[in-house]
Amino acid sequence: MMAPAVFLLLVWMLVPLSMTLFFSFKKYLPLRGGDLGWVGFENYIRFVTSSSFWPSVQATLTIVGGVLLITVVLGILLALLLDQPMWGQGVVRILVIAPFFVMPTVSALVWKNMFMDPVNGLLAHLWKFFGFAPYEWLSQASLFSVTLIVSWQWLPFATLILLTAIQSLDREQLEAAEIDGAPALAKFFHIILPHLGQAVTIVILIQTIFLLSIFAEIFVTTQGSFGTKTLTYLIFQRVLESQNVGLGSAGGVYAIILANIVAIFLMRIVGKNLDK
Amino acid sequence: MARTSTIKRRIIITIVAWGVGLVIFFPVLWTILTSFKSEAQAIADPPLFLFFDWTLENYSIVQERSDYMRFLWNSVIIAGFSTLIGILVGVPAAWSMAFAPSRRTKDVLLWMLSTKMLPAVGVLYPIYLLFIQLELLDTHIGLIIVVMMINLPIIVWMLYTYFREIPKEILEAARIDGASLKSEILYVLTPMAIPGIASTILLNFILAWNEAFWTLNLTAAKAGPLTAFIASYSSPEGLFYAKLSAASTMAIAPILILGWFSQKQLVRGLTFGAVK
Amino acid sequence: MRMKSTVIAASVLAFTVTFGAFMQSHAASVVSIATVNNGDMIRMQGLTDDFTSKNPDITLEWVTLEENVLRQRVTQDIATKGGQFDVLTIGTYEVPIWGNNGWLVSLNDLPSDWDVDDLLPAIRNGLTVDGELYAAPFYGESSMVMYRTDLMAKAGMEMPNAPTWDFIKEAAAAMTDKDNEIYGVCLRGKAGWGENMAFLTATANSFGARWFDENWKPQFDSEAWANTLNYYVDLMNNYGPPGASTNGFNENLSLFQQGKCGMWIDATVAASFVTNPNNSTVADSVGFALAPDNGLGKRGNWLWAWSLAIPAGSDATDAAKKFIAWATSKQYTELVASNEGWANVPPGTRQSLYANPAYQEAASFAAMTLNSINAADPINPTVDPVPYTGVQFVAIPEFAGIASQVGQEFSAALAGQQTVAEALEKAQALTADEMEAAGY
Repeated sequence: MMAPAVFLLLVWMLVPLSMTLFFSFKKYLPLRGGDLGWVGFENYIRFVTSSSFWPSVQATLTIVGGVLLITVVLGILLALLLDQPMWGQGVVRILVIAPFFVMPTVSALVWKNMFMDPVNGLLAHLWKFFGFAPYEWLSQASLFSVTLIVSWQWLPFATLILLTAIQSLDREQLEAAEIDGAPALAKFFHIILPHLGQAVTIVILIQTIFLLSIFAEIFVTTQGSFGTKTLTYLIFQRVLESQNVGLGSAGGVYAIILANIVAIFLMRIVGKNLDK
Repeated sequence: MARTSTIKRRIIITIVAWGVGLVIFFPVLWTILTSFKSEAQAIADPPLFLFFDWTLENYSIVQERSDYMRFLWNSVIIAGFSTLIGILVGVPAAWSMAFAPSRRTKDVLLWMLSTKMLPAVGVLYPIYLLFIQLELLDTHIGLIIVVMMINLPIIVWMLYTYFREIPKEILEAARIDGASLKSEILYVLTPMAIPGIASTILLNFILAWNEAFWTLNLTAAKAGPLTAFIASYSSPEGLFYAKLSAASTMAIAPILILGWFSQKQLVRGLTFGAVK
Repeated sequence: MRMKSTVIAASVLAFTVTFGAFMQSHAASVVSIATVNNGDMIRMQGLTDDFTSKNPDITLEWVTLEENVLRQRVTQDIATKGGQFDVLTIGTYEVPIWGNNGWLVSLNDLPSDWDVDDLLPAIRNGLTVDGELYAAPFYGESSMVMYRTDLMAKAGMEMPNAPTWDFIKEAAAAMTDKDNEIYGVCLRGKAGWGENMAFLTATANSFGARWFDENWKPQFDSEAWANTLNYYVDLMNNYGPPGASTNGFNENLSLFQQGKCGMWIDATVAASFVTNPNNSTVADSVGFALAPDNGLGKRGNWLWAWSLAIPAGSDATDAAKKFIAWATSKQYTELVASNEGWANVPPGTRQSLYANPAYQEAASFAAMTLNSINAADPINPTVDPVPYTGVQFVAIPEFAGIASQVGQEFSAALAGQQTVAEALEKAQALTADEMEAAGY
């Protein structure tokens, strides 16, 4: 019964993949007449020797790592907060998960224009209110700004998974610790955090899958300038801006390799946890 | 004494949680507020929060310029059918993985997830050429297939983690009672699996709704969903904050409302098997 | 079980197929138009009723996209012969390249009352390849200086009709008042071949720089480029608005309309926006001057025309031609004038418009726009000889990709993340690399 799903995914993966491999060995320039013959590994060499290649890998990993760090840490804190008794818990939870429903394009547009704009943005007004010069988010702290926007979108997801995990925590164990007079911090590190281990792995795995291919957030905000050119964006630039399909396809193959390295690394961790 | 301190604590937590919730929600709120301002008020210095001349003119301008209902309809069709087909393909696969696991089950599962890491832009040309051949460009069916494929790994995985939680003993008991496979599924398993399936549907509907790369690149005048709608407001000439906000609000409102009404269901589903 | 799920999946698929077919079934004489979300195009979209009432058998479908998205969509589609659009909105950069590739339908047979001879010669030349007109100009533009007459008066200066770059710096210094958020000069800084590189390439021409020498060797290591970029970065750092490295046309337009710029050197079409009292707080105190020069014989103004073209292989060529003839006709201009006033008609394409007294009266910027367009020379854009045509671009397919990356380096230099020398060095290296990849 697995067959239909596996078969579909196999087709979905293999057909474009083999076409990408095919193009990656060709000099294929649509604006210059299309297929200009086989070139061996030239595209592969050109792609990695380009001065933008390593910075793009670095930018990709920085953004993914940064978002994971922010969402996991804030997610845990937020989940702990939302787990406490309070008035209007349902409403607060709705407020917190709202960003998850916003399309990436929309959230990038809103952040870029209405918050980070150094003249009309709300953050600029806030800075001015406190007597500082408006900060130029997208040029002076471009990687951080992109990370911030993406984190905002994914924080609800992390929070929800972590919250569910916390709620499943054995209350008696916690109460026992309370009676023993364990300080809050010890309670957190010895009881809560170990319990969250698996949920954190899930958050990291799922988010990494999505984060490796973020595109809209960069396309809308910086168009890859100021060091925010990720590998995905670099490939976009080769394929669509330079219209060099061969070179872009070689880049695609590299991106698949990078994704798989990350995947194997993650799968090792998750694989163990899935066995539990 | 203890009671007053818990009340005090509850008050503090309520205040903090509402504060944090509002901060996280603020970008959405600000977008909605801005959509009711005139363009001049949208960039007023200092910014106007509630005391401005509320107007609906942005909404009527946006509606006049683009047929919102058509984009909305396309979004509903694409997100709806891709999720539905994804579930129909995914349920049997997840089912057999959960109830008849073989040694390779986990490998297949992890492989499925890794297909999600292919960078979309790297295979844009192959897919585009394929779509021309199959005459799928700018059609619902083409987009439904693509979006379904993108989300299928997540669907299978979410369902798998759910089904795995269903105790096998129940199945065996039913079998001993002489239940056929059909009634086994219909009367024993379906009720237990429904919450899982429901939240899988919800999450994937949201993901499909927000998919912005393929839906933009494979559509033209007919099948473009709300992501294409937003692309016509993203940075026009002149002042555009208010109109952009109105368009953004229109693009995210349906999914936001759906998400809010179903948040309990979604929260239950977002465990990915992380909770035991 | 397997059978059953397959049957269900198949029937759902069958349903969606029929559904999809149903949605497509009315495709008889439908013209699908891909266009930019600029004000003039939005207005055209609003006036379609006039066209469809005259041509009841033709249905128009609009795909309105933001400029960057549109470019990538239509290029992708035409390069793969996807056939998604019947009318494309493209510019003077794409037309010669695509026309040469045989991708566009010749418009030489538009009806005679469309009056091809009325087009401004500079614009018409830019859209003609080997005697075939491949696109009809919808609006044309050059660039010029727009400045605040009140701030100039306050600074005790007077803008000449044809200022030099030295004067611009002097005026910018005099007008800047950062405490009141008034910045002497606003220029494009956002990376992109159609954003900062359009401005910088045109400016470089007036500094005596060029992209390539006669042997297609990149020239970013020349002194002229260093002078251009040093001047630009220095000017913007001292007298420009904060965050200039992310400002494109739209951002600067909005700054100028809010009264935050003393001068703005940008597209001539902006003139009608900044003088429109509905959107602009400074509408009654805007003056115009030619783009600056350095006395080397070339001014820093560009030439561009958003134009309508038909991709070869469109299945609605005749209907598309009818539409293009309507949208770029004199009658369309009159239609806009009667609905929205003369100041809002699409400018820069026809001689008759500039000879029209009603337009001259309504549009204070008409004469300066015409002079700017006429001052641009796409055939000989630079001081030193070059193997290419195009003022603010180089009309080769590789240019867009290269200039986007060069633009990012220059934008980073403006943001202070690298020096001008570093930016030029990287620009030189990556241009050489891309040109080699393209086989020059």
